[in-house]
Amino acid sequence: MGEKLLMKGNEAIAEAAIRSGCKLFFGYPITPQTELAEYMAKQMPKRGGLSLQAESEIAAINMVLGAASTGARVITSSSSPGISLKSEGISYIIGSDLPCVIVNVQRGGPGLGGIQPAQSDYNQATKALGHGDGHAIVLAPNSVQEIATLVGEAFDLADIYRMPCMILADGALGQMMEPVDFEAKPAREIPEKDWACCGHGGKRVHNIVNSLYIEPEKLEEIVLERFERYKKLEENEVKYEEYLTEDADIVLVSYGITARIAKTAVRNARKKGIKVGLFRPITLYPFPSKQLNELADKAKCFLSVEMNMGQMVNDIKIAIDCKKKVYHYGRTGGMIPSPEEILAKIEEISGGNA
Amino acid sequence: MSAILLAGFGGQGILFAGKQLVLAGMKKDKQVSWLPSYGPEMRGGTCNCSVNIDDEPIGSPLVTTPDILIAMNKPSLLKFEGRVAVGGTIVIDSSLIDVETSRNDVTACYIPATKMANEAGFPKLANVIILGYLMKKTGLYDFDYFMECIKASAPKAKPELGELNAKALQMGYDYND
Amino acid sequence: MIVFDKPHALTDTPFHYCPGCTHGIIHRLVAEVIDELGVEDTTVGIAPVGCSVFAYNYFNCDMIEAPHGRAPAVATGVKRANPDLTVFTYQGDGDLAAIGTAETVHVGARGENLTIIFVNNAIYGMTGGQMAPTTLLGQVSTTSPYGRIKEIQGNPIRVCEMVSTLDGVAYAERVAVDCVQNVRAAKKAIKKGFEMQQQKKGLSIIEVLSTCPTNWGLSPEKSLEWLRENMMAHYPLGVYKDVTKEETK
Repeated sequence: MGEKLLMKGNEAIAEAAIRSGCKLFFGYPITPQTELAEYMAKQMPKRGGLSLQAESEIAAINMVLGAASTGARVITSSSSPGISLKSEGISYIIGSDLPCVIVNVQRGGPGLGGIQPAQSDYNQATKALGHGDGHAIVLAPNSVQEIATLVGEAFDLADIYRMPCMILADGALGQMMEPVDFEAKPAREIPEKDWACCGHGGKRVHNIVNSLYIEPEKLEEIVLERFERYKKLEENEVKYEEYLTEDADIVLVSYGITARIAKTAVRNARKKGIKVGLFRPITLYPFPSKQLNELADKAKCFLSVEMNMGQMVNDIKIAIDCKKKVYHYGRTGGMIPSPEEILAKIEEISGGNA
Repeated sequence: MSAILLAGFGGQGILFAGKQLVLAGMKKDKQVSWLPSYGPEMRGGTCNCSVNIDDEPIGSPLVTTPDILIAMNKPSLLKFEGRVAVGGTIVIDSSLIDVETSRNDVTACYIPATKMANEAGFPKLANVIILGYLMKKTGLYDFDYFMECIKASAPKAKPELGELNAKALQMGYDYND
Repeated sequence: MIVFDKPHALTDTPFHYCPGCTHGIIHRLVAEVIDELGVEDTTVGIAPVGCSVFAYNYFNCDMIEAPHGRAPAVATGVKRANPDLTVFTYQGDGDLAAIGTAETVHVGARGENLTIIFVNNAIYGMTGGQMAPTTLLGQVSTTSPYGRIKEIQGNPIRVCEMVSTLDGVAYAERVAVDCVQNVRAAKKAIKKGFEMQQQKKGLSIIEVLSTCPTNWGLSPEKSLEWLRENMMAHYPLGVYKDVTKEETK
């Protein structure tokens, strides 16, 4: 056990990144993630790194592309509208097989939306972070403590699978303070970055970091190879938490900060004798489909609880082959659901005999 | 468990006061969370902060039904008093709030903290005076323990702040209503 | 005795450029400078989107293909991650002066130690002859079929003049590759740009006036004449900024 610190989620992401060997941060101010950039601006120069405020989100993500091309560990962060701006660069990063970490401290949308916590970028993060056939790994921590471990894991996964990894947080998680212990996580084996553009030194042919393949046969081959990696990812790296699902009639499916609130609702429902459990995906991409499918053989129905209009519902339905009914309870626009509201929804479902 | 909502104007030290409650809990290995209101609100407008102190892992960091409400201005009292749990506590800075709470199913505590702070010559420490009073009224933490925490909270470069905070805390604790 | 050979910094891949296009000359000049400075081992080039999109196949140094207009930001990331590298971007007029204007201005404002090779041929070549930010007034393109009209399509941008006002820009020169004399001057300018980068003076930008016979609808020879008569009149050659000299143009 290390020392317990009281920290904001945004600061913990930055601290965890620095402790994971990240030497470069490129960003642009936006609420509610700004503490992350401020922390980097203060800490990076003292700890042998660099923090640079770019002229735009677009420039920031392309600086990430450049730095990642040299093989360096690099991170950028933003909030919803800023992630839309980064989407072009993220697509190129995916297409160029570059590892990096991208943080989205979500706020309400669409458009300029609001600045209060939301999870309404779920679909963007898991389905289409940029144009083209491709994905980024998406991790959804639910506490400041979990941030401390998942950020390091994000860098490792990005390096091992050669793809960007997104930390999908929200305004509440970014702004809240909780105790955090930055205990070193076991190091994973990181493959040598022999593809990096850092000068060939006269020792090899030149490396090219590129996402352009003018021959469709070649591009198809490249994309298929990438999807092989997505498959491996799904086989080996899916993370989730189960709580009281063993005998649950109703399984709540919830991630990030909302999963904590859902957990309180589950506890309160149990006190009332309702058999409820919680399934918390930690990797949103790859989605823990296999594990949910197994639950569908026992549970009577599922309830997705999110701070959006039900963006995960289809993923659950696909995961369980529509074997059981999937309900949704959500708040949107920056509203945080309360345990009481969720419990009311559980009781409503339960009263209707699921 | 305690779910605490602190609310007032920006600049009254609402967030600082909340952080002290959380730090004291953390040192006792309690589960704690602190969530501020953020955005344009914090630049001169109203300001509030949700604090949870518990033995169980904390669910929502947002306090919707506080056991304790600390109201340091009238708009905050009017906005949040209705949400306080039955049997809960409302602490009111009576030097800035000229009404009483409309709730009669809670314990209401009144202290002219801002006036006391001004008269004592540390006008920015009304928040700490209120914390001292809160300890007396609720026993949230053992007073001596919390006093140690408050003293330790001062930055190393400004040890005199720790002494001032200790004075303010004691003043709140000693207040007789 | 070898009197003429391919620079080492160029690969054996044949250029895809149209007959008469001057990209080939400019590629060669950049490669010769890399050879002469002996920096191929430690150079990273950034290719743009546009006609020179395949530049990553032609240079023997490590190469990165950037999104349209973002080469200066990508180059910034490379250089900040590894300040010992020699880094250059190779960009066309649409890439640098339209979609990438913000990146161009801010890379100059920050004074990144990079070299930008800016190829200005007053047209979008790759997409088939559309109006560029540097298309001249009256010049016909597929999206200015009646000639560029100031009141409708606005005015062409003079990049060297614009960026030379930025404090972080160390060197800005406009050259052309229309004749032997100018080709030699262009190489000198490119070399100077790379040297300024090595000396950490700030951003160096070399604007090279270039031709596009295919989309201009002229023969290679007539294209060079058109360049001299029209482009040079609007885009005068010369040094616009040189922080190593007290007097600049």
